[in-house]
Amino acid sequence: MFGFLLRRLAVLIPTFIGVSIIAFSFIRLLPGDPVALLSGERVMSPERHAQISAQLGLDRPVVVQYLDYLGGVLTGDFGSSIVSKSPILDQFLALFPATVELSLCAIILAILIGIPAGVIAAIKRGSIFDQSLMGVALVGYSMPIFWWGLLLIILFSGILQWTPVSGRISLMFFFPPVTGFMLIDSLLSGQKGAFISALSHLALPSIVLATIPLAVIARQTRSAMLEVLSEDYVRTARAKGLSPFRVVGVHALRNAMIPVITTIGLQIGVMLAGAILTETIFSWPGIGKWMVDSVFRRDYPVIQGGLLLIAGIIMIVNLIVDLLYGLINPRIRH
Amino acid sequence: MADTITDIDNSPEVLSTGALRRRMLKEFWFYFSENRGAVIGLFVFIALVLVAVFAPLIAPHSPFEQYRDMVLLPPVWMEGGSWDYLLGTDPVGRDILSRLIYGAQYSLFIGVFVTTLSLTGGILVGLIAGYYRGWVDTVIMRLMDIILAFPSLLLALVLVAILGPSLTNGMIAIALTLQPHFVRLTRAAVMAEKTRDYVTASRLAGAGPLRLMFRTILPNCTAPLIVQATLSFSNAILDAAALGFLGMGAQPPAPEWGTMLAEAREFILRAWWVVTFPGLAILITVLAINLMGDGLRDALDPKLKRS
Repeated sequence: MFGFLLRRLAVLIPTFIGVSIIAFSFIRLLPGDPVALLSGERVMSPERHAQISAQLGLDRPVVVQYLDYLGGVLTGDFGSSIVSKSPILDQFLALFPATVELSLCAIILAILIGIPAGVIAAIKRGSIFDQSLMGVALVGYSMPIFWWGLLLIILFSGILQWTPVSGRISLMFFFPPVTGFMLIDSLLSGQKGAFISALSHLALPSIVLATIPLAVIARQTRSAMLEVLSEDYVRTARAKGLSPFRVVGVHALRNAMIPVITTIGLQIGVMLAGAILTETIFSWPGIGKWMVDSVFRRDYPVIQGGLLLIAGIIMIVNLIVDLLYGLINPRIRH
Repeated sequence: MADTITDIDNSPEVLSTGALRRRMLKEFWFYFSENRGAVIGLFVFIALVLVAVFAPLIAPHSPFEQYRDMVLLPPVWMEGGSWDYLLGTDPVGRDILSRLIYGAQYSLFIGVFVTTLSLTGGILVGLIAGYYRGWVDTVIMRLMDIILAFPSLLLALVLVAILGPSLTNGMIAIALTLQPHFVRLTRAAVMAEKTRDYVTASRLAGAGPLRLMFRTILPNCTAPLIVQATLSFSNAILDAAALGFLGMGAQPPAPEWGTMLAEAREFILRAWWVVTFPGLAILITVLAINLMGDGLRDALDPKLKRS
């Protein structure tokens, strides 16, 4: 297992260095003067230009600049926003819990519905339930989620008036963040109605973000389950006289889950990308909206830092998924 | 030579290229048409192509003409609707149906352009990586890992921020994010095929690396590539619409479906139709292509055929 970890790290580290080179060089690929882009000052005298250039270290060789940047990144210094002047890592850490809360709710929703639905579809292969579930799953998989979010807003916020349109909690409530997760913080605050408000704000964005992972998980569970159900050991378990529930729930499901766990892990990256759209539609103050806003504000240091942070997180999550996969499926380690 | 063989030999194993191709097509259609969804998807897709090609003939209005006294007209079946504007009009009085019809041109063009770009690029790079292996392979695969480390939409968004928001830049950015999948597939297929006897025989007969790569190996790797190409086609349409929706793809007044949604966003609670129809068009198009993709996978994957 330790050797497996080392092998995975041996691939991960060069990939991370490559990702950092891309994030570093992208500001230098932009048309225009990097000094102006990085300082945010459009008009400046030659003296001021030279001063800022020296201040930002842009007058040094590119390799030195890159190593300096990498050194900063490794010690948690991602530079500062040119709009708000605050450190990028601080902004990221302040907004990241919102995205994690949304993504966690979405993935839990997707797993809780997707896996049982896929299992039932596999057991009742060819039935009306199976056919309609696979139809719905394909529609979900093909869904433009930004439109899906707007439709849900029309229905639940416009016509039925059940849910709010945007934000994480009603403006009536205010309490200092403890965990950064609004659901937990609202409970801790002890304010009446705060938890319900947070939950109703979370409902629609979670459904929207869960849609594609849910469809993928249901499809994957069904096909993994179908494959496992035709194996000899399942037939043996049936022949032994085990109850159908035990055969499916214990013997078959455990092996069918192996590819599904990989799928769930891969969906994390998909969710972070989906968060860009979902957070924009629902004005959810997370890192997806932060990135889109930064692109519009031309806040290049933030785009650079955010790109690297998000890619780094996805790489770490993928590593964890790989390790988990190695734990439950010993064959993969060799 | 080939003729004499077909003349004397009536066993099904040896056929001329033309007959073989017809047989393969027939077998392909047999498996493809077994999947009802795939056939429906194919018909919807053909209809969309026809709509796109004949858009100037079908569309009742110009997609850009603004009827200023007909702003936000509801669809015909609602109160206040008009037969002149079947699906209603948008906030500046343009006919939504006509814009949707012209929008089909955008979406299909995006799909074709992005898929062609990422498919050809991916095949080239994947062939080189799988054929030469060694350090070339390592460098290429690390590069692909780096691209895959970013969420595709985020990478496309940032690339467009660098290149400047436009449909062309959006398509190039999306093609770049879709390419690693083709590289990986081609490389894996080439590595599996390279050690087969027919490749060795061809090399001994004096075929050079280019001929080996493109004429000998590549035709035997096409099945997974075709399936991936349909997936990329629908992904490209979705991602381009998402970029348009974020204001970073096709720019207004282009009747691109994602851009139409972006323009209509502030009216969602007042006029549902300006939001509903463009999204529905995206969904139907993507769904039709994905249905076809499922059918293609069933028909081309020999592993599934037997079961």
